[in-house]
Amino acid sequence: MAHSARQSQVHSPRLDSKVPSGLLQQKWDIYKNQVSLVSPANKRSHHILVVGSGLAGASAAATLAGLGYQVTCFCIQDSPRRAHSIAAQGGINAAKNYPNDGDTVWRLFYDTIKGGDYRSREANVYRLAEVSNNIIDQAVAQGVPFAREYGGVLSNRSFGGAQVSRTFYARGQTGQQLLLGAYQALSHQIAGGRVKMLPRREMVDLVVANDRACGLIARNLLTGELERYAGDAVLLCTGGYGNAYYLSTNAKNSNVTAAWRCHKRGAFFANPCYTQIHPTCIPVSGDYQSKLTLMSESLRNDGRVWVPNDPHDERAPEMIPEDARDYYLERRYPSFGNLVPRDVASRASKKECDEGRGVGETRLAVYLDFAHSIERLGEHTIRERYGNLFEMYQRITGDNPYQTPMRIYPAVHYTMGGLWVDYELQSTVPGLFVLGEANFSDHGANRLGASALMQGLADGYFVIPYTLGAYLAGHNQSDQVSETHDSFAAVEKEASDRIDRILHNDGDKSPTVFHRELGRLLWDHVGMSRHREGLESSLQAIETLEDEFWERICVPGSADRYNKNLEFAGRVADFLELGSLMARDALRREESCGGHFREEYQTPEGEAARDDEAYADVAAWEYQGRDPILHLEQLTFESVHPSKRSYK
Amino acid sequence: MVINLRVWRQEGPDSSGRLVDYTVNQASEHMSFLELLDVLNEQLLQSGDDPVEFDSDCREGICGSCGLMVAGIAHGPQKRTAVCQLHMRSFKDGDTITVEPFRARAFPIIRDLVVDRSAFDRIIAAHGYVSVTTGSAPDANAIPISKDLADDAMDYAACIGCGACVAACPNGSASLFTAAKISHLGLLPQGRVEASQRVMAMVDQMDVEGFGDCSNYAECEAVCPKGISIEGIARMRRSYMKGVLSE
Repeated sequence: MAHSARQSQVHSPRLDSKVPSGLLQQKWDIYKNQVSLVSPANKRSHHILVVGSGLAGASAAATLAGLGYQVTCFCIQDSPRRAHSIAAQGGINAAKNYPNDGDTVWRLFYDTIKGGDYRSREANVYRLAEVSNNIIDQAVAQGVPFAREYGGVLSNRSFGGAQVSRTFYARGQTGQQLLLGAYQALSHQIAGGRVKMLPRREMVDLVVANDRACGLIARNLLTGELERYAGDAVLLCTGGYGNAYYLSTNAKNSNVTAAWRCHKRGAFFANPCYTQIHPTCIPVSGDYQSKLTLMSESLRNDGRVWVPNDPHDERAPEMIPEDARDYYLERRYPSFGNLVPRDVASRASKKECDEGRGVGETRLAVYLDFAHSIERLGEHTIRERYGNLFEMYQRITGDNPYQTPMRIYPAVHYTMGGLWVDYELQSTVPGLFVLGEANFSDHGANRLGASALMQGLADGYFVIPYTLGAYLAGHNQSDQVSETHDSFAAVEKEASDRIDRILHNDGDKSPTVFHRELGRLLWDHVGMSRHREGLESSLQAIETLEDEFWERICVPGSADRYNKNLEFAGRVADFLELGSLMARDALRREESCGGHFREEYQTPEGEAARDDEAYADVAAWEYQGRDPILHLEQLTFESVHPSKRSYK
Repeated sequence: MVINLRVWRQEGPDSSGRLVDYTVNQASEHMSFLELLDVLNEQLLQSGDDPVEFDSDCREGICGSCGLMVAGIAHGPQKRTAVCQLHMRSFKDGDTITVEPFRARAFPIIRDLVVDRSAFDRIIAAHGYVSVTTGSAPDANAIPISKDLADDAMDYAACIGCGACVAACPNGSASLFTAAKISHLGLLPQGRVEASQRVMAMVDQMDVEGFGDCSNYAECEAVCPKGISIEGIARMRRSYMKGVLSE
């Protein structure tokens, strides 16, 4: 299969990126100057459905309502304030250059595209860097209490993959504070009657009529009722698919269902194999484990990663002298040291553990040590910077990181792949826009720290308000159908049949059992490192597991009430289908880049070996059961020259 | 370890509930309390019974979805810890633990341990924001804010909206929740502009929702997973009185 893909490397006509012509630095201005506007009176007549209330969804819903559109916003939690963006800890990047350390929009763009291993679209990334400064202004105006210096100005810190300090933060709760800012802006619009907020709703399918997205079917999670919503456009802001691995740092409700349903209705899924394994998480401690907890990357500013030189060194870490320790990141990557990007740091930890130098009971951990920083800066400063993270670590593990090094190991954290979108954030289904982590567009094969918050808010506050107008102005409203249209009835029937099938299956296994098994397959074969044989066998195994799911799934209770197991079963079914696509995509990409590391393609020093000649592309898959069709978007680099990505 | 649970089971908002006894034989001290409930639910599923419904999402103490009365205490016996981060090492082998939902007039029970906390969203919608639309912000460093003030504001902004304060309060008051938002925004220059309208609208909404008054029990502060101080309530009352007097 990979061979045929390789031979058919031509740009698919279905993937028009719509990148404006002109100098990279001027593209967004050119776009804004030329885009059609929707008059205030017409805005009122347009109804926009926003699915998800995280950074992308809440910021889009609030902004569009502020512009005068009628907005309905859906979320699966009991309140929009609980979307998973809330858990982001470390910070948000912007090219403000307040520290005067040489940052520019260009540098933020360059670091991001290099960090993504040259597998993202130049124009999208440049725009992201360009609007980054507006995000900080907006958040401060909303009352987001970012950290400040004694003189009253905003404080910055460094993050992986950058040599400047451009990360703004609010203790270790930056995602929480930015989300609450967006949630409050959304609440302002809800109070004004411009947004109708529907919590405890799960989008279970997309309705397409006249070749455009015209609405969705949502399940009311309290009553179980399937509800129809028609709109002039659908904005999917439903986050990533990291929970396919079962164990990840994602929240329990994070899922791929809405995105996968859209995929099955015609939206291409791009680069599903690009997943981010975050280097600093609390290691797994038992079979019952339901999720993993991240320790912010910001800790690598002051923490040093090491393992004992001698795999048989059983001493307590604080008893191991300096000359018996290997600070392997500092040794291997002297110029970036502990602040190498996430993919590099994760693989390095895996290598140490694979070679037997891992620590702790399971031997699947490395030390993250603050002793030197505490000596240099004092415990007070460290407490001020990371106090809440240290507390969280102690609560979960019972160890005190002020006295003994943390033990950390990589865990699934973020997914760079997602639904394919053009420069306007529109998917291959007209009228379906995809924002934030749910799309594929800005992070290439690896995302830099503090860039997810930036992208979610860039898409919602500053990109979609322009690009949505272009779509609405260019479309004939008479194409629009209402909830009584046949297409709604048909899609609703399919959704209800699927639920019945799960509930009335005479099986014996819970959704969690299948989910854990899928997670194990993906982690072992489509995780931190991949190879042909493993991918081929996992593809087989996942398909078999999917068949078994439909034979043996067991969900008690009924569909007409709150039923968590029923929700989870539907999501696991979609994760199973996605899992195959992840393996297939990883199999096709015969190179190593960013988070996608194929063991067959590495340099003699064990670094990722990219193949720009064959794979400088976006793989966008069109749904066709177990035989998806591959479409390629060739990536062209006009302003940067893809270089070997080195942090040495 | 073996843990005995007495869990509140209730079919729906209008049905009556009761405590039901269960035993989990395969508990471990490394488990979180919610993972213990996961194990119980797998057990129930295997025996064909309905699992115990409860809300949870991030399981790292920040989203505010989870909230249970564990052994009579909102979020359980460990201080400054949401129930998702409460670990079984806080309990002993053979313990019997009662698990109930957050109870308050303004938090109707939906099913088992799941309650409706949408009243909190309506309090925020009453004026828990700065009225700034997208695009109209000045440069972020245009208004210097002292570090102390920003830190104080952050202490209040840390509220996760879990509702433990309400569940712990003998009056079922939402004063700590409301005061946290009023303090966060009111301390910052950006939020001061509308401070007076904000406090009036939010306090009034709190009453509309059926939350009780504050009588300084301070039970809320004791159970708050983020350690939010009741000083905020004093601030809220002062500015509310000022608002009333200036009307």
